[in-house]
Amino acid sequence: MHIRTRRLLSIAAVRGPRGRCWRSLLFLALLPLLLAACGQSDSAGLTVTGSTSVAPFAEHLAELYQHAHAGTAINIQSLGSSAGIQAAIDGVAEIGMSSRELKPEEADKLDELVIARDALAVIVHPANPVSKLSLKQVQDIFSGSVRSWSALGGPEQPIDLVIREAGSGTAGAFDELIMKGKAITITALRQGSNGAIRQVVAENPNAIGYISLGIVDNTVKALAINNVAPSVAHVEAGTYTFVRPFLFVWRKGHTFSPLAKQYIDYVMSAEGQQELQNLGLVKGPASP
Amino acid sequence: MKERSISFILLITAFGALVALGLITYFIFQAGVPLIAKVGLWQFLAGSTWNPTAKPPAFGILPMIVGSLWLTFGSLVIGVPLGLAVAIFMVELAPAWLAVVMRPAIQLLAGIPSVIYGFIGLTLLAPVIRATLGGPGLSVLTGAIILGFMILPTIIAISEDAIRAVPIAVREGAVALGSSHWQVITGVLLPTARSGIIAGIILGMGRALGETMAVIMMIGNSLAIPVSPLQPATTLTSNIGLEMAYASGQHREALFATGVVLFVFIMILNALATTFVRRPGTSRRSA
Amino acid sequence: MTTARTQRFAFGCIWLAAVFTLAVLALVVGLIMVRGLPSLSIGFLTGTPENLGRDGGIFPTIVGTIVLGLVSLLIATPLGIGSAIYLTEYTHESLLTRAIRFGTESLAGVPSIIFGLFGFIFFVTYLQMGWSILAGGLTLALMVLPTIIRTTEEAIRTVPQSYRNVSYSLGATRWQMVTTAVLPSALPGIITGIILAFGRAVSETAAVIFTAGTALNLPKSVFSPVRTMAVHFYILAVEGISLEKAYATGAVLIVTVLIINVIASSLITRLVRKQVRR
Repeated sequence: MHIRTRRLLSIAAVRGPRGRCWRSLLFLALLPLLLAACGQSDSAGLTVTGSTSVAPFAEHLAELYQHAHAGTAINIQSLGSSAGIQAAIDGVAEIGMSSRELKPEEADKLDELVIARDALAVIVHPANPVSKLSLKQVQDIFSGSVRSWSALGGPEQPIDLVIREAGSGTAGAFDELIMKGKAITITALRQGSNGAIRQVVAENPNAIGYISLGIVDNTVKALAINNVAPSVAHVEAGTYTFVRPFLFVWRKGHTFSPLAKQYIDYVMSAEGQQELQNLGLVKGPASP
Repeated sequence: MKERSISFILLITAFGALVALGLITYFIFQAGVPLIAKVGLWQFLAGSTWNPTAKPPAFGILPMIVGSLWLTFGSLVIGVPLGLAVAIFMVELAPAWLAVVMRPAIQLLAGIPSVIYGFIGLTLLAPVIRATLGGPGLSVLTGAIILGFMILPTIIAISEDAIRAVPIAVREGAVALGSSHWQVITGVLLPTARSGIIAGIILGMGRALGETMAVIMMIGNSLAIPVSPLQPATTLTSNIGLEMAYASGQHREALFATGVVLFVFIMILNALATTFVRRPGTSRRSA
Repeated sequence: MTTARTQRFAFGCIWLAAVFTLAVLALVVGLIMVRGLPSLSIGFLTGTPENLGRDGGIFPTIVGTIVLGLVSLLIATPLGIGSAIYLTEYTHESLLTRAIRFGTESLAGVPSIIFGLFGFIFFVTYLQMGWSILAGGLTLALMVLPTIIRTTEEAIRTVPQSYRNVSYSLGATRWQMVTTAVLPSALPGIITGIILAFGRAVSETAAVIFTAGTALNLPKSVFSPVRTMAVHFYILAVEGISLEKAYATGAVLIVTVLIINVIASSLITRLVRKQVRR
């Protein structure tokens, strides 16, 4: 808000000439060019871009890796599955992260690696008395035909749906695995990440949403669906079937930089995989 | 010779803003217009279904347009009376020391990052609104209240300048006719400063229309067309901000197309504000 | 109602509005400070974030914010000052200046999300800069350009004509006149504009997130991606990663904005006083 400043300046700026500050201004003009020239030769490290669902896990492993190997820089950008896939195709990022399967036209251009699998959990506020639903009930809730918790054994309160936005890997997986193509009602609140859904559900006793099992914590309650609770054990046993892959993708024929190779090796190593499982992910690739 | 080259360099820098505006216009339009052409301008603007990843996809941005209008209008309902009152207060009523304190304070209000306002709306206001008025809390009302405060500094600063710019002779004439202080304000100062004040309101409107991150945090982002302020909504900006990360192909084009619509709205507002500001008598430059 | 009573009522309302506005400001700033300050420490300012920011500090985001702000100023300042000098000293009002002014005013009104979209498609993708300090800095530079042009123009306009006349009478060329007579007098105003532009760059989120990225590492070059404090705050708060750290980051942000504002306004106040004494 410089409008007011301006009026004051009109008095302030009247001063005698002093110094030759313009030289430094000229110097400032040249600096960007210098900076750009210097930057060119310098490697900025590994960039891994994509799914906001995968990013927290990739970031965690990157932190561990960087702790063990001082001086390495692995930049994890959480911008979305499609952005990650696009970035990998364009070569903007060496590795893309996706929380959905590649579309055929994308698979033509990219190689993929399943780093883990992730279960989708339907979550509610911890104070919500409902703790299990049938798949049919979940579908009815999200398609908008059941609108009150009282129909599900809960209080006489409206149901506030919280979903991911169109294009999100999690949303795609939920539509496919749980809604099975049924449309979700347009009155649902939309949030830009799993963490944001968890945050909204944790604050609203009437809310219901879905997130990756890996980030369920004690601020929300994950519901059993068809009497099967979402857990790593149930996923591995094949009884909880709402599971999707977490992918690393890269351009077909791409030669990895040494750091990219080492990072991928670390993620797939026994230690890396164990870390991911500790965080609630399930070993890939799909067994059932 | 040296003089001429300097003059040339300066001319080039002077084109910086214009070139930037041109580049922005070109790149946004070339990324968005093809989709509008394919969908049809009317279908795009008046279509009430937004389902960019369905087969076949639906690209109607009416819900966002309505959401943006609701939110902008709502923030004006809060911001205009409050902003005008504060402007009048600072020029006419405030003791000198208070006016001195208020100026930097209002400036600070403008400097606080919008995400902090959004956070306050999300964590403080939304639960209160859910508990007292019902609905999911993340709603048009929540967004409008917070946005109203976010546009206050714009409205205050420009209105204050406009009121201050009213010539003393005009005011003295009214006082000489026996008007009370309040009558001078409503009968002389505000009408004389009117076009400046309107310009401030329009610029505030532009800010409300353009705000993104704070809106995403507060408004719930549902795709239904809101019929009550307690319902959630999506705006043109928040939908771009929310979906851009995951968009590809036509979906991404549609978001750029949304950007085109937003850009056109903003340009119209800018043009309006400029015409009001340029009116003689209340020009900001004369302040 | 009598005139006097109407006035008393109206003034009461206006007082109330003013107090209310100040109270809200105090509430916003106070709340963030009260909840944020307790978890502030030197370690928080100098530590690296761990566990996505749930633990550790925010040092890389502080660096990211400052570097991004500086890069944008390095680009916008020469452009803005040159533009303002041209508009005020090198030309008369014409169709051209009106076009340039229109460009500046319009650019000032463009919402940050549009800058973000543009920066993403132009700098990040088209020019292949990737999410980087350079792409973010260039985007921000365009955003703050109007601020710098307008404050500089305003500051230059207030330099008395007599300075120019004296300079010319000493045989100065136009450029010598500008650099020895006009710019030094206008410098405080120009600096204020630059500081305000920095403030705008610090608090921006929408344009930054799509152009400079969200990576949490210390940047190594202008081609590294960065996460600014405002973006970090947004992610911590929206993702519910850690409210405690979000408040602490918010407190740092507000203090930064406060400092920027104080410097800008004290600069002005001091100069106003100097002027009054003269």
